[in-house]
Amino acid sequence: MKKAWLWLVVLVIGISMIAAFSLNGCKKEVAPAEEEVAEEVEEEAPAEEVVEGEQFITIHWAQWQPADALEELSKDFTAETGIGVIVEQTPWETFVQKYNTEMIARSDAWDIIVGDSQDIGNMAVNGHYVDLTDWIIEHEVDKSFTPASLTYYAEYPKGAGKYYAVPCEGDALGWAYRKDLFEDPDNMAAFKAEYGYELGVPKDWDMLKDIAEFFHDPDNDFYGVAIYGDNGYDSLAMFAEQVIWVYGGELGDYATMQVDGLLNSDGAIKGLEYYRELFQFVPPGFGDAFYVATNDAFTAGIVPMATNYFAFFPALSNPATNPYADVTGYFACPPQVGVDGVERQFSALGGQGASIVTYSKKQDLSYQWLEWFVREDVQMEWVKLGGYTCHAGVLESEEFLNAAPYNPAFKVTMEIFKDWWACPEYDILLRTFSEEIARYVIAGEGTAESTLNSLTEIWTGIFQEAGYYD
Amino acid sequence: MFKRSRENQFNGNQLLHRSMRDTTLVRLFILPTIILLIAINIFPLFWSLFLSFSSYSAKAATEWGKNPEMVGGLNYSRILTDPRIWTKFITTAKYVVMSVGGEMILGFGLALLLQLKFKGKGFVTTLLILPMTMSPVIVGLMWRLFYNPNWGMFNYLLGLGKIDWISDPARNLYSIVLVDIWMWTPFVMLLSIAGLSAIPKYLYEAAEIDRASWWFKFTRITLPMVYPLLLVALIFRTMEAFKIFDLPMGITGRGAMAPPLLSMYLYNTAFVTWKTSYGASLGYIMLIVIIAITSLFIKYLNKAKT
Repeated sequence: MKKAWLWLVVLVIGISMIAAFSLNGCKKEVAPAEEEVAEEVEEEAPAEEVVEGEQFITIHWAQWQPADALEELSKDFTAETGIGVIVEQTPWETFVQKYNTEMIARSDAWDIIVGDSQDIGNMAVNGHYVDLTDWIIEHEVDKSFTPASLTYYAEYPKGAGKYYAVPCEGDALGWAYRKDLFEDPDNMAAFKAEYGYELGVPKDWDMLKDIAEFFHDPDNDFYGVAIYGDNGYDSLAMFAEQVIWVYGGELGDYATMQVDGLLNSDGAIKGLEYYRELFQFVPPGFGDAFYVATNDAFTAGIVPMATNYFAFFPALSNPATNPYADVTGYFACPPQVGVDGVERQFSALGGQGASIVTYSKKQDLSYQWLEWFVREDVQMEWVKLGGYTCHAGVLESEEFLNAAPYNPAFKVTMEIFKDWWACPEYDILLRTFSEEIARYVIAGEGTAESTLNSLTEIWTGIFQEAGYYD
Repeated sequence: MFKRSRENQFNGNQLLHRSMRDTTLVRLFILPTIILLIAINIFPLFWSLFLSFSSYSAKAATEWGKNPEMVGGLNYSRILTDPRIWTKFITTAKYVVMSVGGEMILGFGLALLLQLKFKGKGFVTTLLILPMTMSPVIVGLMWRLFYNPNWGMFNYLLGLGKIDWISDPARNLYSIVLVDIWMWTPFVMLLSIAGLSAIPKYLYEAAEIDRASWWFKFTRITLPMVYPLLLVALIFRTMEAFKIFDLPMGITGRGAMAPPLLSMYLYNTAFVTWKTSYGASLGYIMLIVIIAITSLFIKYLNKAKT
């Protein structure tokens, strides 16, 4: 009897292991070939057999206004084709984690993912996204969309000419400021007396810091600037990278993965020191501030200027959500002369590209949606609904520039943006970067040099372990 | 005819009895539970143990020999030789000592106070128990709002100005400890009340006759009699505090400015940077530590019983 029980236990463990393996997607092959998936599509759910009106695709995106706008926009697609579009939204805090988990399980829950730009390498290498290179060339997306947007939202490896997404929501960091405070004659006179030049829209990052210092008055509950401090995901890193770049530093060489001499260069050190200095002028509790906090500080009227992704600016231009909407102006990240005497202008990239999921059983419908989405008229409609286009023709049009007060600044930003690492290791690079620089920028521990040297060592170890230097 | 059918029925029951004994029936009933336990408890335990000796990232495609690749005890040696991990162990130990210590003192103190007879005692007891009945995530998010330095109630009510309780690494550990104490003191209090209620009255009456002091009665009767239940509370709270996750996640988020607690580090390792096997190894180290501490307490508990 004991023997029978033993066999039973072994059997149950065996069954549970098989179940777990299949759930975990533990297959020996790296990823199913596109053709295989296409065969599955034909076998399991032929599109022709689906009754009209019941055809639909599911798009996964983060939970925010542009996702609502995309669902609204897609109603036109449904009207044209009869294919429904569901935009499933996940809160930002767990957005990337959720779609990564689903992809690990080879889930077909979503047909299209509007995923983070820096995750493109991971998704491409692991076969989660369909290779769209031929489709992009055939539909001339490489000609109609801005080259930078295609590079950062769609291409992996960078410069290889292989595309896995269509730029969907162009986004980058920009600035909102209080025109009434900046143009106030008393403020202007006082600023000129103190700094020796006119108060106005910052011409460079040094001037931006002067302005923050000028307005900073904590005794009267008014602070110099609202910038990111949170390091739970990428906010601290995104702000840090752009000041590192403009002062002449680099995160590393994206092609060779070399870090030493770039991440800990004089320019990078100066950039990080700048971040720490600027952080002295933020409102209390900004050590965990992200997009909500910077907008809140601005609408509460406790700062003269705030940074945020352009996608969050509609809330600032709306009088219902911002009492200062009428006196709010916008500007792109300013240029800066770096430690080497060279002037640079960069903005940290946000935004996402739309990719077809390899495991989707409705790839044909997804391609139809992409084909419709890249049309110029649809892109213009996308802008009108609050989306941010990367379509070159639309960006150039007067209609776009006059559509919202922040659009001219957005157009400038689309020419100066630059992204984080997009290799599969981007998440661990992001985590270690956030941890290390937070200690210096937020807590004031160590120096910018020691922080970046330590980070250089950590990153070199990560790349070494990943086999990039073999 | 009737007689024959009765005979048949009797034979049928006999057959059923012969083929299915009570023990077989019992085993059949517990089989679904065992299967469930094996599938969702035992197997993951062994699977994660296997992973802890390998190099595996759940994010990357599975390729036997490469992902996972057996690396022996490399993950364990890396963790134990990483100087940064000791900061996390020390912070976690601080957290456990402060929160559990606070809960034990306050919980037992409140239980002693509730031995007094006063009007509205039932209502006060219910109010005191309320924090414990709430979801820790909700409690964390609620306190995050209370702690907001710009408009939160905490600073306002205490007249503390604009102190940053959430993102300042010098303070936020204490912010979480305070919430933990607020939430879990009632748990210790309840167990203490149960222990205090079980003390026979005649012991106090005998002590009264001998004119024993309050301190004598407390140290010689109350404390020894409640001691086993206090130890049970200590075991539960220590285990929980050691692996606390939901409260810090709700209050400070997962940012690097959050207190470097082991559980938060484990989460970031396993689910943010997807170092699955490294996370599994850390999980096992935490498990061993918890088992060691608990075993120590249980040893004392058994002594107290005898």
